[in-house]
Amino acid sequence: MAPEQIEIQLIACIVSAACAVPGVFLILRRMAMMSDAVSHAILPGIVVAFFLTKTLHSPWLLIGAAAAGLVTVVLVELLFSTRLVKEDAAIGLVFPVLFSIGVVLIARFAGDIHLDTDAVLSGELAFAPFDRMLLFGVDIGPKSLVMMSAILLVNIAFIALFYKELKISTFDVGLAATLGFFPAVLHYGLMSLISITAVGAFDAVGSILVVALMIAPPAAAYLITDRLSWMLLLSVLIGVVSAVCGYWVAHWMDASISGCIASTAGVVFFATVLFAKHNGLISVWTRNRRLRWSYAEKMLAIHLRQHEGQPEEGRENREQHLTEHLGWSSDFASRVVRHARDDGFVTAVDGRLFLSEAGRALASEAITDE
Amino acid sequence: MQSRDLAIDVRDLTVAYREKPVLWDIDLSVESGKLMAIVGPNGAGKTTLIKAILGLVKRAAGEVLIYGKPYVRQRNRVAYVPQRGSVDWDFPTNVLDVATMGSYGRLGWIRRPGSAERAIAMDALRKVGMDEYADRQISQLSGGQQQRVFLARALVQDAQVYFMDEPFQGVDAVTERAIIALLRQLKDAGRTVIVVHHDLQTVPEYFDSVLLLNIRRIAVGPVSEVFTEDNLRLTYGGRVGFVQSAVRSAADAK
Repeated sequence: MAPEQIEIQLIACIVSAACAVPGVFLILRRMAMMSDAVSHAILPGIVVAFFLTKTLHSPWLLIGAAAAGLVTVVLVELLFSTRLVKEDAAIGLVFPVLFSIGVVLIARFAGDIHLDTDAVLSGELAFAPFDRMLLFGVDIGPKSLVMMSAILLVNIAFIALFYKELKISTFDVGLAATLGFFPAVLHYGLMSLISITAVGAFDAVGSILVVALMIAPPAAAYLITDRLSWMLLLSVLIGVVSAVCGYWVAHWMDASISGCIASTAGVVFFATVLFAKHNGLISVWTRNRRLRWSYAEKMLAIHLRQHEGQPEEGRENREQHLTEHLGWSSDFASRVVRHARDDGFVTAVDGRLFLSEAGRALASEAITDE
Repeated sequence: MQSRDLAIDVRDLTVAYREKPVLWDIDLSVESGKLMAIVGPNGAGKTTLIKAILGLVKRAAGEVLIYGKPYVRQRNRVAYVPQRGSVDWDFPTNVLDVATMGSYGRLGWIRRPGSAERAIAMDALRKVGMDEYADRQISQLSGGQQQRVFLARALVQDAQVYFMDEPFQGVDAVTERAIIALLRQLKDAGRTVIVVHHDLQTVPEYFDSVLLLNIRRIAVGPVSEVFTEDNLRLTYGGRVGFVQSAVRSAADAK
């Protein structure tokens, strides 16, 4: 592997990790849309910073973008606190307004300049290794790698330090407030991180990838684990795996790296939806199937037990009779009987059904459970 | 009457959502060691009263003192059990972890709970009969079990004053008995417990005092004195038949 390839993968991994950590709290607070909102609402911040600095290549444009992200968060909270709209609606109302203010400003005052979010946050992973960061004349690595590593460290530090406070204010905001943990302050802290992370990551890898990496890995991790600490670790892991796999898919297909990483993150999420151990669709399906058979076997056992040793036993305890008595189709009845024979609950002699000891136990257990 | 033994002292408390008053000029003094029910129809402001006392809802007017001081200076002497439905039970955590959250207030900022806090939480879970479920993911609990976990968390807070919002709402008989036993234990230990309660028929059996609330304070005092048909009619308005049957069965219970 060429050093550029390693650097690109490293940047992708750091960006994934930096996005996944605060993304976990977006998922748990049901605010996934916030990442999308911030990605649009930063435009007016860029425009205003451009008007002030008159250049497209000033760090002030990034700072303007991050500030606009914070304004988004504050406006959403203010609107939501009126209780006139729900939180998702507040997000959906605020960011188009901010975005369109940016669009109007450009059209009115900067029509002759190519200015949009992409012109400033021109994240393209393939070129990232060529933009170097120099410290006292020494090359310390690609600029985006240095910047995103710093953001990742800030994110990890914030969440490690305030882990307990973030947990309780996400789970039970009322209790967090009565205990004096100022959930509103924590919320703004978290949203500031999300805004800064988004802007930094846009600059490094482009906008589509940021929204994908903030949401897909935490959403997948949420399905796999039921501990918050594991959810954080798994989100980072899934993000990093998506980044590396996505890079090689792009390499193999000769396609956009960011696009392939975002798609891989999506594929990993849908694979999790299918295969997750407890909540996955396949596991739920097999569990329901198993329950259906075991319930049917219990019904059969109870029915046979009821008529056992009674004069009508010869007539009642037959496979054919189940269709009439239990309302089963003859196909279903014969499959239930086959299952019950396989499980050793029932033996069949000349079409007559007899309970085994295990079958009798099953019946009485089912009855006492009721 | 600025007694040190006054657990809760609310004066002229008014809360309004926009123009509409939700609580109007409430005065309430609760002596230490009382077990008090707050009853009233839907929309009477029962939950709002608790939230206003705890500073979760903005007060338009009035003053609240807990043992003679504002709530913000008495946080660690107060425990709050919110309505079960107010939190997301799909949150990735287990029963022991939720109970341990009761220790967060004592720990303050940044400090993490350790084995000592988890031991206290385990002990509280044992008291509500949930110790066997310590490792259980909270989404797998029944409503009653969730309520008992919340109560365990409040026990871990080891407070002087407990506020509980509808702890009996939709719980099974086992949980109801567990809650009653717990309320009695807290009372015997000299704690003050305020419970938002829906079931009028059990008020005389479970509580020693009662606040009848419908935006205004209708009556407050010992159950034997103020839990009368007249007061209930004032509280619940026109629904007389309902009130009569409640008082009758309350009288039977006595």
